[in-house]
Amino acid sequence: MSSPNSAYPETPATQTKAKRQEWPLWEVFIRGQHGMSHRHVGSLHAPDEEMAIKNARDVYTRRNEGVSIWVVEARHIAASSPSEKGPLYEPSESKVYRHPTFFDIPDEVGAM
Amino acid sequence: MYAQMVKSESTDESAEAIAFQARIDAGEKIEPKDWMPAGYRKTLIRQMGQHAHSEIVGQLPEGNWITRAPTLERKAILLAKVQDEAGHGLYLYCGAETLGVTRDELTEMLLDGRMKYSSIFNYPTLTWADMGAVGWLVDGAAIMNQVPLQRTSYGPYARAMVRICKEESFHQRQGYDIMMKMANGTPAQKKMAQDALNRLWFPSLMMFGPSDAESTHSEQSMKWKIKMNTNDELRQKFVDQTVPQAEYLGLTVPDKTLKWNDEKGGYDFAEPNWDEFFEVLKGNGPCNTERLAARNKAWDDGKWVRDGMMAHAEKRKIRKVAAE
Amino acid sequence: MTDTTAYFEFLCRMGDNTLVLGHRVSEWCGHAPILEEDIALANTALDMIGQTQMWLGLAGEVEGEGRSADDIAMLRDAWDFRNCLLCEQPNGDFGQTMMRQFLFDAWHLAMLTELQNSSEQRVAEIAAKAIKEVQYHVERSGDTVIALGDGTAQSHERMQKALNLLWPYVGELFTPDAVDTAMAEAGIAPDLTKLRVGFDTHIGQVLSEATLAIPDSNFAHQGGKSGFQHSEHLGHILTQMQWLQRAYPGASW
Repeated sequence: MSSPNSAYPETPATQTKAKRQEWPLWEVFIRGQHGMSHRHVGSLHAPDEEMAIKNARDVYTRRNEGVSIWVVEARHIAASSPSEKGPLYEPSESKVYRHPTFFDIPDEVGAM
Repeated sequence: MYAQMVKSESTDESAEAIAFQARIDAGEKIEPKDWMPAGYRKTLIRQMGQHAHSEIVGQLPEGNWITRAPTLERKAILLAKVQDEAGHGLYLYCGAETLGVTRDELTEMLLDGRMKYSSIFNYPTLTWADMGAVGWLVDGAAIMNQVPLQRTSYGPYARAMVRICKEESFHQRQGYDIMMKMANGTPAQKKMAQDALNRLWFPSLMMFGPSDAESTHSEQSMKWKIKMNTNDELRQKFVDQTVPQAEYLGLTVPDKTLKWNDEKGGYDFAEPNWDEFFEVLKGNGPCNTERLAARNKAWDDGKWVRDGMMAHAEKRKIRKVAAE
Repeated sequence: MTDTTAYFEFLCRMGDNTLVLGHRVSEWCGHAPILEEDIALANTALDMIGQTQMWLGLAGEVEGEGRSADDIAMLRDAWDFRNCLLCEQPNGDFGQTMMRQFLFDAWHLAMLTELQNSSEQRVAEIAAKAIKEVQYHVERSGDTVIALGDGTAQSHERMQKALNLLWPYVGELFTPDAVDTAMAEAGIAPDLTKLRVGFDTHIGQVLSEATLAIPDSNFAHQGGKSGFQHSEHLGHILTQMQWLQRAYPGASW
């Protein structure tokens, strides 16, 4: 699946069996509401670009409104020796229980 | 831990391997296209794969209670939590894919038993209090291991762990929140809470794996910084953190030998039954059969869906080319 | 029928639809065909649970007897449930689940669009919040119906079977009764018959792209939203959903 400059290594020789029908891998880039540019947040599998965008919305934004999503098939990414920064992530604002502070844990219990 | 007893490959003494080790010692991150020893790649695939499988199988014991959650809010919280676990599995599989293995290949290795997942998920969830205890103890134990892994040497793994840790903290807190409600509730609820702690205490201690003294794999993995602490260190830290939390709840840790040791500044505690642990790994835990059967069923039943959607995507591509 | 009774009934219909369908969708958690779908289904279920809290919360206020959304969800028996029959149908295979979702989403979108103009401000507010979620639901379920209908021979066959199975449950959504008429007269909710044209156009487009044939029958099962006669499935849903609340009355969770 890998082109010479792909960000991914050639898959090793374990896959000698018939070519599987695996959904392609996509890289996901998201610009948040106040973000200046798109940033890489991770990857996922999808049959095509439209489903990739939908899946990105479900997987990586938990569907926060007002974000812009780019997807590109991983095999189309040419890479130098990488040095990208770690991805950040903001959970959806409407799902407050995803934030640890939603739960009041008494001080006596200690760090959690 | 979520990755238990991961067999570590040995390295070689080539010039590349020595330079590679120097990079790790200098705190540099290894990225997918960098040269790496075959053993490092193989060990990581094994470890990240096992970690991902644990997240996916880990959906099942908690998913077991989603339709029985006692309030709409608890149901939403639990569903969001189990959904996060699917997300964590996804991030980890994607991380492993940068090493040259595909997610479907890893999945098949889980389904036919070639790869393992954490022993803890082979224990049943029998009451609503188990939703509390799993969050508090199991996620608590997982966090012990995952926080240091944010500094692991392999970039994609470290990045996945950063994202996972950020989400995981809510998991432990929602578990403890359930335990507080139960422990301060009716006598029946309190009984459920104590029962959950009784059943899940030792399986939680097993999550860290047997003592490193008996582990042949730890040393190389620690040198490569894909294992950050010894099993015993983490287990001790977990016990020291958890015992006061149990006391606050008014629950009794099911270990009569448990005692504070001033000298070491930590608790002395009983070892779990390691024979039981090895039986669970071999497939003889209370729920191994059900867990693997559930994952196999989801995969087999889903094949026509995955194929159907792929077939449609290919048709669309052809139509688009024809239209241009 | 007094105005408050009809209004309460109407709010229970909205809330029970999302309660029961959300329950069904949440049954998939951990068992979906692929991870991305597992996560997406959970989002849909989460949205529906949230909508349930709003509709049933308002229903409790309107009723004025101090019942919370949880009381209404967890402590009524089957005959008091007002969801349409479509929502309580079993998941079946993934295709059947997505077909059920699409048919419901398409109706739901049409309904919420009109409810944004409700004479009751609270209803309009809930509709305005829910519609943002439902617009996405119907886009996703519609695309999945298209992809599987126009996928392989096997997926096409399964989707056609799902449509044939679920089609008799569509009519109930558009058949007005005394409650619906009272709501329409009060300007709280739209005339259901008027939603049908837009719905037919919407699903007609999607199902044609999915290469699926709409069954040539107008037969419609009735009895869900009136509560007169639910399917046998509802009782089984409630035995799970309500068990803890029933087994330990008065406990706080």
